[in-house]
Amino acid sequence: MPTVEPILEIRGVQKFFGGRQVLKNIDLVVAPGETVVIIGGSGSGKSTLLRTIIGEHAPDAGHVYLWGEDVCHASPRRLDKIRQRFGILFQSGALYSSMTVGENVALPLREHTDLDDKIIQMVVKMKLELVGLRDFENLMPSQVSGGMRKRVGLARAVARDPEILFYDEPTAGLDPIATSVIDQLVIDLRTKLGVTSLVVTHDMKSALRIADRLAMLYNGEFIAIGPPADFRQPTDPRVRQFVEGLADGPIPLRVSKTDYLADLLGLHEKREPATGNRR
Amino acid sequence: MSTTGLVRILERVGGQGEGFLAYLGGLGYLTLDALKHTALGLVTRPRIKIDETFFQMVRLGVRAVPIIALVQIFVGMILALQLAPVLADYGQLDKVATVVSVAVFRELGPLISAVVLTGFAGAAIAAELGTMVVGEEIAALRTSAIHPVRFLVVPRIIACLLTTVALTVLADIVGAVGGGLIDRWVLQGDSWQYYHTTIESLALKDFLTGLIKSAVFAFIIVLVSCYEGLSVAGGAEGVGRATTRSVVLAIFLIIAADCAFTTFFYFFW
Repeated sequence: MPTVEPILEIRGVQKFFGGRQVLKNIDLVVAPGETVVIIGGSGSGKSTLLRTIIGEHAPDAGHVYLWGEDVCHASPRRLDKIRQRFGILFQSGALYSSMTVGENVALPLREHTDLDDKIIQMVVKMKLELVGLRDFENLMPSQVSGGMRKRVGLARAVARDPEILFYDEPTAGLDPIATSVIDQLVIDLRTKLGVTSLVVTHDMKSALRIADRLAMLYNGEFIAIGPPADFRQPTDPRVRQFVEGLADGPIPLRVSKTDYLADLLGLHEKREPATGNRR
Repeated sequence: MSTTGLVRILERVGGQGEGFLAYLGGLGYLTLDALKHTALGLVTRPRIKIDETFFQMVRLGVRAVPIIALVQIFVGMILALQLAPVLADYGQLDKVATVVSVAVFRELGPLISAVVLTGFAGAAIAAELGTMVVGEEIAALRTSAIHPVRFLVVPRIIACLLTTVALTVLADIVGAVGGGLIDRWVLQGDSWQYYHTTIESLALKDFLTGLIKSAVFAFIIVLVSCYEGLSVAGGAEGVGRATTRSVVLAIFLIIAADCAFTTFFYFFW
């Protein structure tokens, strides 16, 4: 899609946490109307990548462009302008616990628009209807289930009709039916409203269902990017292991670097105190 | 002691001092941010959140009225009872009203109220904001271009300032009444006389210095608790830690500020 101006462009993003490189040279371009799903195991860096894109973390190198504007070096005022054009569904839903479901959905409209209260109420009903929760307007977030909270979070994310939506593990912790409901919502938003989506998940089934393109993150870099078909019959053994959910394969379960036997016999401890500061 | 031992102690102390300075810097930064958003909220949109401010005033202030009143009536009674024997020795039992009113209006009204409010309002704010951090609510606010300082901190600061000063006025009066109760029922004094002595012995200065101090205390309570709440890391455990820290630190800073202000008023006013 070289003719279309990309909505999101990630160029050479690197991120370190305490000496450990979490993101290594990430490149990704997302075109308008596309649903891109980033998959990867726990600790692969996908949450860090998402937080970098939305301007929560500053990368140590590289750039993130949304609508051609550099998110990482934007002034707070510019960043706020950019942020008003996208929506995010957080992993837990991140509903404001002191406000009702309806007030949660209304908040972005109240804060950023001059709309009349009657119109806001109407929009809230419409957005809640979209996620099938119109009658729950007056409940508090603590009174609805986890799956419903995510759906309310989604209604809030789309309250101002954003051009791009970010999803952080939208189906984690949901039952299969609730998962399908969320997946269908993501698909509907794209087909009916042309919303661009970037989804971060480790749910393969859901990823294959919603994605136009998938990208697998492993150890802070993309090891495969392509259409869902590529991921149904993966050639890379690491991708295959993840997609098929196999315990054995090139991706190790154990991440400890020290030698097991030496650790058991306490051989490391004898060497360590030489550099330690305890006497 | 060996020199390396001494160096290590100095390093330890220096490290702690540096940490404390960094902490004060963080508080200062939050203060500037809050002042900026308050000033902006007065002149431009988005406005200061009036509804939220009133809501917080009720939550943090109005609900503290019974406990403040109860504590202060006891403080007034304790003062009268403690001082009565000493004053009686000098044959000055009729000065109970003077001593109680000066102590309460200048010192114990503002101080004890601030300490009670640290537990009442400060802990509530720290726990609430900390839980919001853990639940990604703060991140959700920020990423929807709603500044948490404007949205959450500014209403709490205004609410805490107004209610603490108002509660201090109540505390002053109730404290004096507490002393009056003892004067009437234990020391067999005349309540009318007690009232007149109280009014006569109080200068406007006593009242005002107390209120200035209480405003400063309110600022300390709300800033420390907001700062601790917003910098929570590490889940539910972190929330508990932040709440404890905010209470301990706020009380320490309140008493330190009290000492500084009292010294200042002693020499210059």
